Amino acid sequence: MNEETMAPPCAIEVRGLARAFGEHRALRGIDLKVSRGEHLVIFGPNGAGKTTLVKILSTLVKPSAGSVWLDGIDISDKPAQIRRRIGLVSHQTFLYDDLTVYENLKFYGRMFDVPDLEAKIREVASWVQLESRLHDRAGTLSHGLQQRVSIARAVLHNPSILFLDEPEVGLDPHASSMVKDALVSINSGGRTVVMTTHNLERGLELGDRIIILDRGKVVYQAARHEVDTVNFRRIYDQYTGTGR
Amino acid sequence: MNTVFAKIFVIFWKDMLTELRTKEVVVSVLVFALLVVVIFNFAFGTRAGTVEMAAPGILWVALTFGGVLGFNRIFAVEKENLRLEGLMLCPVDRAVIYWGKLVGSFTFILAVAVVITPIFLVLFNLPLFLPRLALVIVLAIIGFSAVGTLFSAVAINTRARDIMLPILFLPVAVPVIIAAVKATALVLAGSSWGDMATWLQIMIAFDVIYLVVATLVFEFVVEE
Repeated sequence: MNEETMAPPCAIEVRGLARAFGEHRALRGIDLKVSRGEHLVIFGPNGAGKTTLVKILSTLVKPSAGSVWLDGIDISDKPAQIRRRIGLVSHQTFLYDDLTVYENLKFYGRMFDVPDLEAKIREVASWVQLESRLHDRAGTLSHGLQQRVSIARAVLHNPSILFLDEPEVGLDPHASSMVKDALVSINSGGRTVVMTTHNLERGLELGDRIIILDRGKVVYQAARHEVDTVNFRRIYDQYTGTGR
Repeated sequence: MNTVFAKIFVIFWKDMLTELRTKEVVVSVLVFALLVVVIFNFAFGTRAGTVEMAAPGILWVALTFGGVLGFNRIFAVEKENLRLEGLMLCPVDRAVIYWGKLVGSFTFILAVAVVITPIFLVLFNLPLFLPRLALVIVLAIIGFSAVGTLFSAVAINTRARDIMLPILFLPVAVPVIIAAVKATALVLAGSSWGDMATWLQIMIAFDVIYLVVATLVFEFVVEE
């Protein structure tokens, strides 16, 4: 029986996840399940623990307590194996300014042993509409374009789970819209997506399920179709106390 | 195993490409080392007794303190834009990242030594063809690149990075630097291999210790 036929139903399963930085408890017991192909959007004010959660899920930070399974694999057991299955787009692009877009993608592609790398680079560049800028240095691109390169970098090795940690931070509305288009175009493969954002409208647009995180805890969750779009701002304020 | 070497090479290739474009590390180290050699040349002149006494120290002051400047940049480039997180998301052991950066550090400092050493020998009126000096330089640069690369990763997470690196690096690297100074003095005095053996063995031993320890602890340095 191969790995695919044995695939667990949950792409992500989190149990009792906690993380403290000294006295500060960034996460206080998170339980979460994300199905395969589901798009989960995490809202929350600054300091709610969104980035910490994404960093733990993507193996960058170790939890203080609790367990995380991605595709049925405990991330503390096989972090290198997990990293092949995930991609991360952060508000920082991880790109090297003095290398071209092509060289940046080639570098990350070689680190991930991407087969037929040349063709794959052209493919992901076309998804984010950057074929014509492949030989420009990354540092010469606008932040919006760099973020699209970052999306291409994150999906180059065809991860089954994609984490998006506030990918629109620092972008103007047009660049933000282009990034959204890029995210939509890369998701044709039915990837599982976990996205954190402050942008309520964009989050509701991209999510199948919504959760609100506040002070390290999940304070609200609902399927997208259950969410009252018109009144979501009020719901958000009510659960996070930001409207007071 | 081949995959590990391939990944180390990929990181090294990326650093080389960046350095070829920016020349940040090599040029700053080279200018500093050159200034040290020239200033000391003016201070001590080329009198036979003085040269024998001071020259080994001058060469290693130039390369060591120049190296500190270079090590400051080795991981600083990964701190910008959170590139270190990008590297840590790659499916490789943390030690592979360390070795990739180490090979880059070693190459940059060695490149500076290749330029500086002949200038140093000419300025101090010493013979140019000294193959044993090349061995001493390679062994010493392996040792202090191993320590410098590790402490560069430590220092990027501190506020006073530029001050912290030499404070951490110099006390730990001092056995290799002393051995390099002593071995260089013996080479310049025309001593035999046998006379140098002890210092070469010390350098080899410390190189191995530094490489093993740094490889083992690097993970704890870069993990939050």
